Amino acid sequence: MSTAETRTICKPGDYKSDIKPIWCPGCGDYHVLLSFTRAFAQLGLRPEDTVVVSGIGCSSRIPAYLSCYGFHGVHGRSLALATGLKVSRPDLTVVVASGDGDGYSIGGNHFIQACRRNIDMTYVVMDNRVYGMTKGQPSPTTEPDFDTALFPGGTGLSPFHPLVIALASGANFVARAFSGEPNETANILVEAIRHPGFSFVEVLSPCVTFRPDEREWKNLVHPAPVAATSDPAKAARRIMTDDGFNIGILYRGERRPYQIKAATKAIDIGELEKDFAL
Amino acid sequence: MRETEHISVAIVGSGGAGALTAGNFLLEAASLAGWHGLLTRTVGPQIRGGEAAALLRLANRPVECLADRIDLLVGIDWLNVDRFGAEIEIGPQSLVVTDPAGGDLPAFVSRAGARSAEVPIKDIAKSVPDGRPNMVALGVAAGVLGLSEQDLSAVIEKRLAEKGDKAIDASKAALKAGIIAAAQLDLGLRLPPPKARDAQCWLVSGNEMTGLGAIRGGVRFAAAYPITPASEILEWLAPNLAKVGGLLFQAEDELAAINMAIGASFGGTPALTATSGPGLSLMTEAIGLATATEIPVVIVDVMRAGPSTGIPTKSEQADLNIAVYGLHGDAPHVVVAPQSIADCLFTTQWAVYLAEVLQSPAVMLSDQFIGQAVAAIDRPADVAFIGRRATAVPQMGAYKRYAVAGGGVSPMAIPGMPGGQYTADGLTHNERGIPTSNENDHRVQLDKRRGKLEQFSYGDHWATLEGDGEVAVITWGSLTGAAREAVNQLRAGGFAVRLIAPRLLLPAQPERLQAALEGVDRVLIVEQTHGGQFHRYLRAHYDLPIEVRLLNRPGPLPIRASEIARAVMEWRS
Repeated sequence: MSTAETRTICKPGDYKSDIKPIWCPGCGDYHVLLSFTRAFAQLGLRPEDTVVVSGIGCSSRIPAYLSCYGFHGVHGRSLALATGLKVSRPDLTVVVASGDGDGYSIGGNHFIQACRRNIDMTYVVMDNRVYGMTKGQPSPTTEPDFDTALFPGGTGLSPFHPLVIALASGANFVARAFSGEPNETANILVEAIRHPGFSFVEVLSPCVTFRPDEREWKNLVHPAPVAATSDPAKAARRIMTDDGFNIGILYRGERRPYQIKAATKAIDIGELEKDFAL
Repeated sequence: MRETEHISVAIVGSGGAGALTAGNFLLEAASLAGWHGLLTRTVGPQIRGGEAAALLRLANRPVECLADRIDLLVGIDWLNVDRFGAEIEIGPQSLVVTDPAGGDLPAFVSRAGARSAEVPIKDIAKSVPDGRPNMVALGVAAGVLGLSEQDLSAVIEKRLAEKGDKAIDASKAALKAGIIAAAQLDLGLRLPPPKARDAQCWLVSGNEMTGLGAIRGGVRFAAAYPITPASEILEWLAPNLAKVGGLLFQAEDELAAINMAIGASFGGTPALTATSGPGLSLMTEAIGLATATEIPVVIVDVMRAGPSTGIPTKSEQADLNIAVYGLHGDAPHVVVAPQSIADCLFTTQWAVYLAEVLQSPAVMLSDQFIGQAVAAIDRPADVAFIGRRATAVPQMGAYKRYAVAGGGVSPMAIPGMPGGQYTADGLTHNERGIPTSNENDHRVQLDKRRGKLEQFSYGDHWATLEGDGEVAVITWGSLTGAAREAVNQLRAGGFAVRLIAPRLLLPAQPERLQAALEGVDRVLIVEQTHGGQFHRYLRAHYDLPIEVRLLNRPGPLPIRASEIARAVMEWRS
């Protein structure tokens, strides 16, 4: 969190760039973009002190649509890039945007390690349960019987459970949001960015092109029936047994965030040579 | 006793016997006495319980390569030492010190017909309370070389200070017993008395010099993933970056390491990562990202024998192809190579400078030989290269991150600068950084990125050029030392030969090489690869004279100065 937290210096619209998104009409990511701008405005973030980092995929196009600094890197490595940025520039607010393919498949190990490190940043994964940019292949969260050209008849594999993985790996804040409720999503993002340590927000964001069935999500989502817990075991049990459409903040941890060493008073470089001299 | 320009010593033993420690102490004591020296270690793949050899060459001038032959071989024991036979060349004049309790002389020793002398190293060690055989062996080697007990005791006191007085006293007693045992031995060779030094003496490895060069150049963030033989760079940087207000961060793999470095550099902190061939393979995608997004980053590859896992502890120059050609798309970048242990300092500092000034990834190709070898060198001269990237002072709404005007290097906005907000994007982008698939935008930015590297003036540092004559030896990297020694020998014998060793491999410098080859009609290319990668690289980028010969060999056997000299001589006659 940057020092600018309490000041509202921009309206949501000020966080939008002038670039027109390439997303399909009806894509859930439009609403996620809206939620980003609302959350940033609510937090009063300065655009120049905020960086949105992403990988590859439909959701990862989001940085260019915002007026902050952005980095649209290579597939799966957004968390690593954001980690290098945040530990060397702890003054910045760093938000990472990803999708279910980018974040859980090619970037899966970085996800686990980032939760474990608990560096103060927010990770937003727009989950549409399909590779949209490459036209409809199964992702780690795709249902086992979902029929695709790459895997006719379905993969037969149980979906990956990112929220439980995040908990088990040490994430300090776990929430599920739905793109169709942009105000609620913005509120969750505000809480996630404010919470110290690594915050993970899974946003259900329908792909109406390759998963028209996901239009139905708006009828399936419902608010989480109980308030967030700070007990990871309790949170894991709830998440393991819910219907996957439980929306809200599900876990607020109390782990100490990764301590980024403040720059100490630097010694003269010539001092380093002393080790070498006979 | 004959005076000689250089003496080579090998101390061998099974892993854990302490041969490498003895070699390190011997080099340090010789440096205190005023000699120059080079120490390489050769070890098996085991961390414990394998075998190890310290190969040491001492002289009255800087030493950059091993000699042809070992003059003095001290065997603490001979268990499995046969594996090193090919790397430890001995001849009839060599003196071999052997402990009857340490096993039979290995075949490569007995075959050579060398003089052997029995010294009961283990028994002598046992006669000293807490005495260790490696300290006895150190005493034997020191006695044969005529090094002073005082210098060796000083080294023991310094290096074993943390182990306490008891360990120091035991080591000194074992050392003394070894020196006494050596009294009966005669090598028949001695070095001339050391000359007064012109500069402070440093005892350093190439990997340490790489670390220092990085910090001197301005690096304040390093991303680390352990790999042999590059880990020492990272382990040196970890405490020392912290001392200068920087930070080293351990990544979960090399894919993360390079991306962390790019992320830090995007945030304005000059950044580096160090790895070896397998790690470089994993990093290539993101190096292309740094090219496309024009973010400075330095990647050090301490080359080892490949492909695949290869031989992690042995040197080779076979990552040239991946460093030069490994990126997909047209991805201009910088590739440099240090030429000696001391030059690791300069070349790393220069790599940081080039990366920062050109807003480009720079790959530095070091190798296991110069990375892990330790040398007594004169303190290298200070150089002025400090990385300073051009940063933007953007005006709201008008900033173009990738503006073409101004020679291709466009000022970079750093997060925190108001009005400089842009998205660094691996997608083809226009001057503002906005993704595009437009043919013109694509070409304009490709031109920009190539142009800024090609138009830059790299100065005389691009290559080492020595001597003249119609024959040129062209080599690169760690073989420069051996080639220099060969060329100097030939010139002392009246042959006009020149040495050409490019330090800058990419972008290629065709006009400069053309000038360096003026008057040359024969070229001997020397490289440590199986496939002749450097030869093909030269053919691809330069015009060479008609007569070209290639002297190449894969690792781990180093190419010796005498082989290079012989190849030139045979060609002449």
